[in-house]
Amino acid sequence: MRQRSPHRTGWTLVLPLLVFTLVTFLAPIGFMLWKSVYDPEVAGLLGQTRQALAKWQTSTGLPGPEGFDALSRDLRDLTGDGRVSQLALRLNRERSGMRQLIEVTADAIAEYDRPLLEIDPRWGDPDTWVLLKRMTQPLTARYFLSAVDLQQTPQGSIVRQDESRRIYVYLFGRTILVASVVTAVCIILGYPFAYALATARPRMQRLLFFIVMLPFWTSLLVRTTAWIVLLQRRGVLNEILVAMNIVSERSRLELIYNLSGTLIVMTHVLLPFFVLPLYAVMKGIPKQYVRAGKSLGAGPVRVFLRIYLPMTLPGVLAGAALVFILSLGYYVTPALVGGRTGQLISNQIAFHVQTSLNWGLAAALGSILLVIVVVLTMLLSRVTQRGVL
Amino acid sequence: MLNAAVKNRPPSGATFEHAVVLQNVVKSYDGTTQVVKGVDLSVRSGEFLTILGPSGSGKTSLLMMLAGFEQPSDGAIIIGGRDVSRQPAHKRNIGMVFQQYALFPHLTVAQNLAFPLEMRRMGRREIDDRVGWALNLVKLEGLGARRPAQLSGGQQQRIAVARALIFEPQLVLMDEPLGALDKQLRQQMQDEIARLHHELRPTIIYVTHDQGEAISLSDRVAVFEGGKISQIDPPTALYNAPRNDFVAGFIGENNRIPARIISHGPPSRLAVSGRAIVSALSVDIAPTETHACIMIRPERLRRVAHLCQLPNTIDVVVSEVSYHGDSYRLRASLDDGIDVITRIPNDGTQSIPDIGESILLGWSTEDARAFAGGVSATIR
Repeated sequence: MRQRSPHRTGWTLVLPLLVFTLVTFLAPIGFMLWKSVYDPEVAGLLGQTRQALAKWQTSTGLPGPEGFDALSRDLRDLTGDGRVSQLALRLNRERSGMRQLIEVTADAIAEYDRPLLEIDPRWGDPDTWVLLKRMTQPLTARYFLSAVDLQQTPQGSIVRQDESRRIYVYLFGRTILVASVVTAVCIILGYPFAYALATARPRMQRLLFFIVMLPFWTSLLVRTTAWIVLLQRRGVLNEILVAMNIVSERSRLELIYNLSGTLIVMTHVLLPFFVLPLYAVMKGIPKQYVRAGKSLGAGPVRVFLRIYLPMTLPGVLAGAALVFILSLGYYVTPALVGGRTGQLISNQIAFHVQTSLNWGLAAALGSILLVIVVVLTMLLSRVTQRGVL
Repeated sequence: MLNAAVKNRPPSGATFEHAVVLQNVVKSYDGTTQVVKGVDLSVRSGEFLTILGPSGSGKTSLLMMLAGFEQPSDGAIIIGGRDVSRQPAHKRNIGMVFQQYALFPHLTVAQNLAFPLEMRRMGRREIDDRVGWALNLVKLEGLGARRPAQLSGGQQQRIAVARALIFEPQLVLMDEPLGALDKQLRQQMQDEIARLHHELRPTIIYVTHDQGEAISLSDRVAVFEGGKISQIDPPTALYNAPRNDFVAGFIGENNRIPARIISHGPPSRLAVSGRAIVSALSVDIAPTETHACIMIRPERLRRVAHLCQLPNTIDVVVSEVSYHGDSYRLRASLDDGIDVITRIPNDGTQSIPDIGESILLGWSTEDARAFAGGVSATIR
């Protein structure tokens, strides 16, 4: 029998997982990144126009007659099988009115074969042609621009979106805010809990573990329904508060279907992700350090602040980073209990993937989210590696 | 003030010269079994006292009570003339050296050394001076900016010792401080601790299960067995005149030869292996015709050529010879299967017997000690 080199055996063992990761993780991410800058739809529909407009300098006014001819030919070729309306819809997303212009023009060309300028005066406006030239270029930055509420004017300069259409920067801000609040609450609630978990006697420890793992073991729908039962206007919590006369019948607390619902439920779901890494770190700290601190003259408070807390900080950071990163991408919980004010950026991404089918924009939003997460992870590993903590 | 002084005066027998006094200290974790069963102990100021005992002998519990991490169930602990039995650890002013160093990993070496001084709210300049002094003391100048993880095990333990000494505590506790080091480093560290004790004269209570460390470092050694002090004496007395067979077996290597008491001395006469009649110093009195065991140090059990060379001799057959560089170690059996051990120095004056060879071993009467009982014939 031929001996296999250990090197090759290693690869063979790793291969299945490697392929799996490649197919289900790296490939989709790569596809998403590509999709956010690559949009060949219009270029595919208006192939001749694209070639004709390639040499046209947009600053010289209208394109030459070959541009007009090419567009007429393209539109005539598209007529008949629904591709005109596909083009019209796609262009309308960039500028309202384009749908009507394209459809009217295509109809007119098909019926009378008249020159474009006679069909609609807007063909005499260079801006229309600038838009066409831009849209027929498959590589584009426009998704990223829209993802941060910017747009490119026909003159080529980059300006902010109209005020009514600026939503993504605000949503990114809200997402980061929600993630920060959830992380902070997890730290405040989770640190004492992890400490109790790490120092409890075995029986107590099992009980505490059960409590912290419960969100993992319950299905998402059951968990969410439970929260709805507890938090809604006529829910358990409000009934108790009203019965105890802490809040009046009229001023029942709005705890769910808004931002507070998102915050409460996300904190609950993500708490274990903070507690468990911290617990692992705390468990690894021998009693000796606390004892050494005491024997050197530090009272309980100073032992905690000067010794225990700094030694557990890597665990706090790891847990907080995990919670923060998971919160940034959280999508189901806000969708179920967030109402209108509790929606996060991921809900917009889902909307563009599933409903509006604007995959390019969804990809750009997703890529920005990915960059934020990667930068944060790198910063964190830098900080922990330097041993600052 | 005066009242407090009177109240805290140590009881009769112990004076202020005693840095540490333990009075009938008892520790029980569950209320029924006592881990420490009433220990009385006085440690002089500047003394190096070792608590030596096997695991489970209660020595660690005693240390925890001294340090203030545990409270005695009964009895009193008096340090520097004050009863500290109920005082928390951080108010006791005791320096402690742990087996696993326990240097704070997130602080530099200098910050570790400065920690106890900062806790005492010392000024920055004085702290810096002291830290420099301490680094100099353990010959690790220039390593102040390192983190503990960047030091070797020996260096870490030297810093840990320096940290326990830097604030001039009234007592230094060392909990198996050499336990985590390899053999060669252990010897170096041992010399280092001896030097520091000689230079600074702190009161040290040192806990170990290693009798070698105990003997070479200490002014006195307290041997612990079953939660009690079995014997407390200077190392030489402990080695040469063990008061019971536990101490005799625990300190150093010892031969135990079962015997039958024939007459009481001094010296006592005993029968070994059925035939040979030998003499030994009796430690405790037992009726004649009862069993006893004779303890002889291997280095005092000598090979002799003639019966009359030493007053006591036995016939043995060599069963094992091992080479130790400076000496040979012989294992030999008596007729009834009892093994004894002896050492022959590798100085070229003696021939080394072969395995299976019959030889004669002998001893001077004052080198053998007979203990009553001792049926079990385990050789340590």
